[in-house]
Amino acid sequence: MDRRVVVTGMGVCAPNGTGLEAFASALGSGRSGIRFEPELKALSFGCQIAGKPLFDETHLNKYFKPVQQRGLLASGLVYGVMAGVDAWEDAGLGMDAEEPDWDSGVIFGTGLLGVDKLRESIYHVDAGQVRRLGSTAVSQTMASGISAYLGGMLGCGNQVSTNSSACSTGAEAVLMAWERIRNGAALRMLAGSCSDSGPYIWGGFDAMRILPRNFNDDPASASRPMSATAAGFVPGSGAGALLLESLESALDREAPIYAEVLGGSVNCGGQRAGGSMTAPNSLAVQRCITQALEIAGVHPWEVDTINGHLTATGKDVEEIANWSKALGRKGPDFPYVNSFKGTLGHCLAAAGSIECVASLLQMKEGTLFGNVNCEDLHPDIVPWANPDRIPQKPLSFTPNILAKASFGFGDVNACIIFKRFTP
Amino acid sequence: MNEDACYTQLKALVGPYLPEDVSVDAIRPESHFVKELNINSANLVDIVLDVEDEFDIVLENEEMEAMQTVRDAMELIRRKRAAR
Repeated sequence: MDRRVVVTGMGVCAPNGTGLEAFASALGSGRSGIRFEPELKALSFGCQIAGKPLFDETHLNKYFKPVQQRGLLASGLVYGVMAGVDAWEDAGLGMDAEEPDWDSGVIFGTGLLGVDKLRESIYHVDAGQVRRLGSTAVSQTMASGISAYLGGMLGCGNQVSTNSSACSTGAEAVLMAWERIRNGAALRMLAGSCSDSGPYIWGGFDAMRILPRNFNDDPASASRPMSATAAGFVPGSGAGALLLESLESALDREAPIYAEVLGGSVNCGGQRAGGSMTAPNSLAVQRCITQALEIAGVHPWEVDTINGHLTATGKDVEEIANWSKALGRKGPDFPYVNSFKGTLGHCLAAAGSIECVASLLQMKEGTLFGNVNCEDLHPDIVPWANPDRIPQKPLSFTPNILAKASFGFGDVNACIIFKRFTP
Repeated sequence: MNEDACYTQLKALVGPYLPEDVSVDAIRPESHFVKELNINSANLVDIVLDVEDEFDIVLENEEMEAMQTVRDAMELIRRKRAAR
């Protein structure tokens, strides 16, 4: 029998807030985490703004021993550990057991881990100084460094792995974890994703000229999902984490429950029919949403809230149209929809998990977080979704059925259906 | 540099690598890094790099492998610095 799966813990390390409390307050007030980055200016980037988590050394010391901080350059690893450990502790789980916890695992995705460490290593190797790499060059730069690190800190004895599917990585991780628990292969899975910050991660996107270049002196206005003046996505970074657990285990432990994961779907547009390495095949997006609903056992009319991928490019209109077609709901009948990228930027591999955390905080707080920077809503969106479906300010509303989607390079899609928990 | 100063410096350098259940006071000249001080053998690689930086010397591969105890390290440091 399929097991029911719930979320019992969350953690986040985001550009506009580290820790659930700070993050929720930033989303509630529309506070931006996008800032001017002098380093990007010095390197002659076109886009010199980005979203990067901020925290002090005291905070870092809570997660990493002094010896672990030596030569620690993998920023994504740092963000991921903060979010992952927080989610674990938020779920009321301990880290001191002597034996592995055979029923708990980790699926924590990333795009490219530890690029700054990789850069340092390449300089050493090219200088004939391979011996100077130290003992952590591998663990900081292997993609699975983040799941390995967390697995060790938490003592997980079930599957410990890293997935990678570009900007759908975080949402995919949640679905992989959901599947494993549903099938009875694990009781608890820490699901999440992280993304490094810095010029070596963001440079490739700047070179593709898909980042906004005219907001270097006005960072908070730069990321404009669904706006007529959307000028490209603002690069971000950070990590989000959710502790997924079988309902039975959560009830046994009397753990607080944020939401139920009803299910979801991942697919790919095959880079056909309008799909490419960088653009989505609309039919595949619609199929992904439809399949997610089918698997979750939810009727399209039951969805009351959408958290989109909506990165602030010309593709936002197409995404809204795809939601509308997949749900068979249009204009005034369209569900509420928001994008958190207006304040976060696009946190790439970390986007899906950070936005899942934000989505579920809405259920906890009874607030639908508002969209920022789309006061000039794109006119082509209006036929699909009435402007009142796209709140500009926080709304006193508790989502019951929330659909979260993430899409990524490679024409890959992921859609998760969450439900407010009712026993 | 006298032997005492070298020993003190070395102890401070090794301290952060000790597992939580081993105190800096447990370090003796004859202590074996891995077997007695329970230092992770991967971290021994980092200790060698720290020794090189701290004492401004370069250790060859064979010398790195021979550096098993605190006394081995002190002897290496003395020899390397004398040879400069």
